[in-house]
Amino acid sequence: MKLLNIIKEIDLEIIAGLDSENQDNEVKGVYICDLLSLVISKAQPQDIWITIQTHVNIIAVSTLVDMTAIIVAENMEIDEETIAKANEVKIPIFRSKLSAYELASRLSRLGI
Amino acid sequence: MTNKSNAINLEFNVMKDDFSRAGEASSKIKKILTQLGIVSSVTRRVAIATYEAEMNIAIHSLGGKIEVTINPNEIIIIAVDNGPGIEDVKLAMQEGYSTATNKIRELGFGAGMGLPNMKKCSDEFDIVSKKGKGTKVFMRISLDSKPV
Repeated sequence: MKLLNIIKEIDLEIIAGLDSENQDNEVKGVYICDLLSLVISKAQPQDIWITIQTHVNIIAVSTLVDMTAIIVAENMEIDEETIAKANEVKIPIFRSKLSAYELASRLSRLGI
Repeated sequence: MTNKSNAINLEFNVMKDDFSRAGEASSKIKKILTQLGIVSSVTRRVAIATYEAEMNIAIHSLGGKIEVTINPNEIIIIAVDNGPGIEDVKLAMQEGYSTATNKIRELGFGAGMGLPNMKKCSDEFDIVSKKGKGTKVFMRISLDSKPV
């Protein structure tokens, strides 16, 4: 499913990094974890990553394994530096008040 | 970047405690491999291995560097730091063992998976550490290695 369709279906706050090009990128799976070593070794290309980590290193982790986007769950505060880096490297970051479980359930209902 | 006898050599310095820049060296290495057309499964191995090496240097050492040599049939990664060295290398290689502080763990690091992840991504792995001197990690990733 295209990222843009997910944004339409799930109420996500657009934080940074989204543009007219990457909004059409495919999301093929979901990975949920806050331990960065696990994320980098287990997340797959084109996954959307749900996390509560918000410091700038999450941008490197997501781009190193070619994830499509990051959703910060539970409305966590996102570092300014992270937002700037996401805009620089064009990795979309969204935020939601929903929990990781609720987000995953909704993504699952969308067929992801 | 230098190019001698079909090999490409890259070198990146990694600063101690520099979390805002940590991840940049591995990101640059990945970008170069992608540009060179290296198969994505190998690029993924290198990306994971260099990311973990970079984070280890930033979190645990006094600073160091990562050297990458891209040969026609393999990629060699050498991560070397200026100390303080690892007390018990065998223990450090155990998954789940970490000496990271609580503050570091709250940021999602310090899971005790860095060195094991590096080993898993390598076709050949070696670590030498001397207390008071520093640590050197050698990794060889073959260009025909299978996806991890």
